[in-house]
This record gives sequence, structure tokens and C-alpha cells, in this order.
Amino acid sequence: MAAIRTPVQVALNRTAIAAVLVITLIFLAPIYWIASTAFKPRNLATTIPPTVIFEPELSPFAKLFTKRSQLREAPTPEEYAAAPWWERLVFDGGEKVVRSGRGEIQLSAYPNRFLNSLIVAITSTVLAVGMGTFTAYGFSRFKVKGEQDLLFFILSTRMLPPVVVAIPMFLMYRAVGLNDTHWGLILLYTAFNLSFSVWLMKGFIDEIPREYEEAALVDGYTRMEAFFKIVLPEAATGIAATAVFCFITAWNEYAFALIMTNRRAQTAPPFIPSQVGSGLPDWTVIAAGTFLFLLPVAIFTFLLRNHLLRGMSFGAIRK
Amino acid sequence: MADIVLRDVEKFFGSVQVIRKVNLTIKDGEFVVLLGPSGCGKTTTLRAIAGLEDITSGEIVIDGKPVQNLHAADRDIAFVFQLYALYPHLSVFENIAFPLRATRQPRSAVERQVRQVAAALGIEHLLARKPGALSGGDMQRVAIGRALVRRPKAILMDEPIGALDAKLREDMRMELKRLHIENKSTSVYVTHDQVEAMALADRIVVMHDGVLQQVGTPSDVYAHPANLFVAQFIGSPVMNIAPAAVKTEGGRVRLALGGGAAAFEMPAELAPRLSATGAGGALSIGVRPEGVQLAREPATGTIDLEAHLIEPLGAYDIVDLKVGEGFLRARTPAGFVARPGDRVHARLDPAQTHFFDQRSGASLGIRLGA
Ligand SMILES: Nc1ncnc2c1ncn2[C@@H]1O[C@H](COP(=O)(O)OP(=O)(O)OP(=O)(O)O)[C@@H](O)[C@H]1O
Ligand SMILES: [Mg+2]
Repeated sequence: MAAIRTPVQVALNRTAIAAVLVITLIFLAPIYWIASTAFKPRNLATTIPPTVIFEPELSPFAKLFTKRSQLREAPTPEEYAAAPWWERLVFDGGEKVVRSGRGEIQLSAYPNRFLNSLIVAITSTVLAVGMGTFTAYGFSRFKVKGEQDLLFFILSTRMLPPVVVAIPMFLMYRAVGLNDTHWGLILLYTAFNLSFSVWLMKGFIDEIPREYEEAALVDGYTRMEAFFKIVLPEAATGIAATAVFCFITAWNEYAFALIMTNRRAQTAPPFIPSQVGSGLPDWTVIAAGTFLFLLPVAIFTFLLRNHLLRGMSFGAIRK
Repeated sequence: MADIVLRDVEKFFGSVQVIRKVNLTIKDGEFVVLLGPSGCGKTTTLRAIAGLEDITSGEIVIDGKPVQNLHAADRDIAFVFQLYALYPHLSVFENIAFPLRATRQPRSAVERQVRQVAAALGIEHLLARKPGALSGGDMQRVAIGRALVRRPKAILMDEPIGALDAKLREDMRMELKRLHIENKSTSVYVTHDQVEAMALADRIVVMHDGVLQQVGTPSDVYAHPANLFVAQFIGSPVMNIAPAAVKTEGGRVRLALGGGAAAFEMPAELAPRLSATGAGGALSIGVRPEGVQLAREPATGTIDLEAHLIEPLGAYDIVDLKVGEGFLRARTPAGFVARPGDRVHARLDPAQTHFFDQRSGASLGIRLGA
């Protein structure tokens, strides 16, 4: 049924749409900037005014994934013909820089750092959300002595800006050999996220009526079975939301990653700026690295969008 | 199916006692309704039987076996919750099958039993749906299906139809009664709606402040309330309760109400029966509105009263008669008293007059002319 709308309503509606468009543009501008720079030829990356129309290239990505250090002459036609496709991309971009010192093509550290980021972020998210869910369930469903105090204590672990303890943490990590290890970062990020995860999950689990579990208990299930068969599926929305938040925190963390890691376990955030290097920075490579780095969070959030958007109150308990 | 026995069951929440020395035997196949006002401990009693709540002291015996220390899962009892508690993420089929899955039966057996129960409840066409897409009545049928499918020792229901609208509630009430007659399952049903209790129960248990007030058949509880609380809680419209004094003059016994504003004639046997109870204290009487009989013409034993208010309820009217400062409500055929202010002639039916000790509220057990 088409609603009849007054001119005022139509005007209001159009204003709202215009406002949303403007806000969207403001928020998308930096992302467009990164994405477009990642596909620009190097000489167009820093022009003033900015180049908006250009022929996109993949050479920044080719450079991102390979090690290049030696400067040399432009390639001869034979060299060009013999070069693999990704190297040709770089030549096409007008660069003469391809080979490392010994003249071999090597994979850059970027894929490894990216993988480190994935390992650390995913593992710490699983741990924080898993432990957080169990803890929240306990607080939500059982009489816990000093519940309020314990919950406040858990929250209080977030009250100090984490960077304040970075140096002592680094010293302790070095003493126990946790610096520059995956487990070191995983432990750190899990601890960061746990208090947040407990509080968020407690809110979600409090929303799930006890009757669901009680029905399962009466119907012959143990509390553990009731938890896995009933509470977990019901809490899926909350778990998804909590996981997205924890993942984003762990994925984007920069300061501790910079201090605690330098090689083996280094994650992408401290690695990408380190590629600015000396001399003239190649912003297209930085942009390419950043662009790829943005994707996992976008994909993860996109995959969980249904869970994130679905309301909590789709259940069969009527309030 | 089995019997359930509660022995001296008590329950404290912290320092608050919500069940006091409850003793109750529910026979095999019986439909017992726990009836009482909000907060009287009905739900707590039911949850204690199910094992969802520990009891502080006492014994709960199901099928001859003390169960007060067993987990809910080990008591083989089904529970229908007030808000159904259907699992939103499971289909209706899986909801009903859920208790069977705990017993690890073969797929085909589960399927057969679920379909059988669904057929009995007329919800076969809903099996593929999610609970969120059901009406209140259908949700309730599914919840009952989930309780029935396992053939438990007993089915406990906590206001299962309290959330439905009036019409649907009546339909479901009949359906529950039919199901009980077909299945003969031991059932304990909690409600604060006395009409529901009267309609469904083999026996009604009236509760107040955690204490059992009276246990009996619906007609028993209605006709012989054990105390003032039961008298006022059961029956609609509510029973008239008034302080009364017995006056004897020249062999005629009268019952004076409203501080002597009206004196109703009673059979002479009342005086000796009253003194025989030994209750010398103040007396209260209770008469249901249908026990206040009205006539247009004076007759023996009637007294003249003014109609103050008339509530037409369709099938009958409720007429408020002014007696001193208070009122006596009478039930009359529709339109019997034309308008407020009219005078009518009233008598109390001795057979429907209840006598209570005003202080303790207990019935004196006197039945006249019956
Ligand atoms: N978990 C609890 N902790 C403390 N007090 C409780 C708890 N559960 C119930 N009570 C109290 O116990 C008393 C009895 O509650 P119960 O739920 O058994 O009443 P009810 O007869 O079922 O009432 P209603 O008709 O409102 O459902 C109430 O006063 C209630 O406040
Ligand atoms: Mg209740």
C-alpha cells in the first residue's frame, strides 16, 4: 500500500538522503584514497592537485610482494621478454628496480607479516570470545560470590591505557622469552579483549531466557549439553558481534606489535610503515599494503553481517 | 505415569520463606491444579517438583522414589513454561524431537513419535516452521507436544495458557482437558485463574502465602470453602463476606448483618450448632450472590432492601443491595430489578450460607437445611 506523503515529508526525506550521501562520501574518501593510490603509477601518487583519472596498474602490488633493492638500467628487450609477468608489471610502471643484490627475485616479507597478523588476530579472537562466553555464562546463570566486585575488577583491567605498561611488559616478555613470538602477541591481545568480551557476552547471555536451558535440563540434558545445544546457538548474534570487535582490535593493534615484535612474529601494522624506507618513499607500495590489510576486516564483517544485524528478540519467548 | 508425593516441603529464598510445610499427594493419572494469587509460591512449588529449584527441607517422592536430590534430567518429568520456551533456532519438528534426542533413539523412532504427537495436537502442517512464525496458540501446542512426546512420568504446567487472549484460552482449556482424558498423564497445573482451575482440575489445591489452604474437587472447594481466603478466592462474582451476629428471640433465630441494619431469618438449628462448635468469638458469614434470593413481593422470611447498583452481565445481573454501610451482592435473572433505587425483598438461602470464625478465618463447618 503506497503511503500518501505530503510535500513536507518528501522534502524531509530528500534532505535525509542528501545528508546520508554527504556523510558516506566523507567516510569513504580516505578509503578511496588508499585504494586508488594502490593502483596508481608511482609518478602520479603524489601529484598536486591529486590525479583522479589514471590507468590503474598492478605494479604497486608486484613491488609489495617482491624484494627490490638494486637500481639499474632500463631492461633490454630480451630481458623484458624473459621476465616473469609480475616483473614486467614493474617494468611497465617505468621502474628500473627489480632485482635484489644477488640478482634473484625474492618474495618480500609482506605475505609473512600478513599471515602473522591473521594467526595472531584469529587465535586471540577465538580465545577471548571463547573464554569470555564461558565466563559470562557463569556470571549470568550462577550465584557467584562477589559477582559485582569481580565484574568490576575485570572491567578495571581496561582502565589503564595499555601503552602505559608497554615498557614493563616488554621487559617481562624478554625475560620469559615471549618477545617476537606469536604466542606472546596472542596472549597480549587475548588479555586486552577478554574483559570486553566478558562484559559484552554477559549482556547477550542475560538476554537469553533461562527457561530455554531449564526446558533442556528437564528434558534430560546435562547443563553442559544445554549450554552447547541451546545457549550457544541463541548467543550466536552476540558471539558474532563480540568476535568482530575483538578481531578488529587485535588486527589493528600497532603499538605493542611494534615494541614486542621485529621479525618472526611481526604483524602487518608495524611492517607496512617500515617499508617507507630511506630516500624517496614509494607511497603506492604503502597504499597497496594498506589496501590488502583493510580487506580481512571488511570480509569478516561482511560474512557476519546477518548475525550482526539480526535482532536478539526473534525468539519464541514472548515478553 | 506415576504419583507424586510432597512431604513437609519447605523452601526459603535467603531468609524469605515461600513454601511452608507443604504436604500433598498427587495420584497417578490425576489432574491437579495449584491455584492461588500472584506470589503465593505456585511456580516455586512446581519448579521444586521438576528439580529446577532445590528445596530447603522435606521430601519429594515420584513413583515411590525420593527425588529431591536428583537433577531435573533424572526425574523424568516434563515442564511446560508460561512463555513456552520453544528454541527459536530449531524448527517445530526439532523442538518436539529435542527431548527424544537426549535418549539417543534411532532416527526413525524419533520421527514416528514426533509425527504421532503432532497429529494428536493438529500441528502436523507446522513441523517445518520456526517457532517465531507461530501464533500464540500454536506455540503452546508445540510446547505441549514437546512435553508429551517423551511420555514422562508427569507433566508440570506453569500457567501455560496465561499469555493467550480470552477466546483462545477457552479453546486451549478444552483441548488440554481432552488431551488429559486421552493420555491420562499425571498433571500438575499452575494458574491464578479460578475458572481455569474449576474447568480443568480433578482436584484443586488452593495456596496462599506458601501454605496449602484447601485441597479438594472443584465442587468441594466451591461448595465447602475451608476458610475465608478460599471462600473469597474461588467463585465469580466474589462471595459476600460480612461480620454477623446471631440473635435469638422467642425460638426464632436471626442473623444480623451490617451492624443490625438487616436481620435475616435462619433455621432454629443454627443456634445449637454454633454453640456446639465451641467458637465463642466473632462470626463472619459468607454467601455467594446466588445464595441471596430476591423476590418482588414480600414472603416469609424476606426483608426489604434497596437496590443500589445493577451490573448487567448478559445471562444474569448482579445487584448490590444496601445493608447498613455495606452491600450485599445478589445474582438475579437479567432485568429482574428494573433500576437502582428500587426496593426488593431478600432472604439468604441457609443451605448456601457459610459460617466462619472471624479471627482465624476458618470455616465452622456448619451446613444448614442441606
Ligand atoms: N529466585 C528467587 N529469589 C528470591 N525470591 C524469589 C525467587 N523466585 C521467587 N521468589 C519469591 O517467592 C515468592 C513466590 O514466587 P512464585 O514465583 O512461586 O509465585 P507464583 O505463585 O508462581 O506467582 P505468580 O502467579 O506471580 O507466578 C514470591 O514472593 C517471589 O518474589
Ligand atoms: Mg508463577
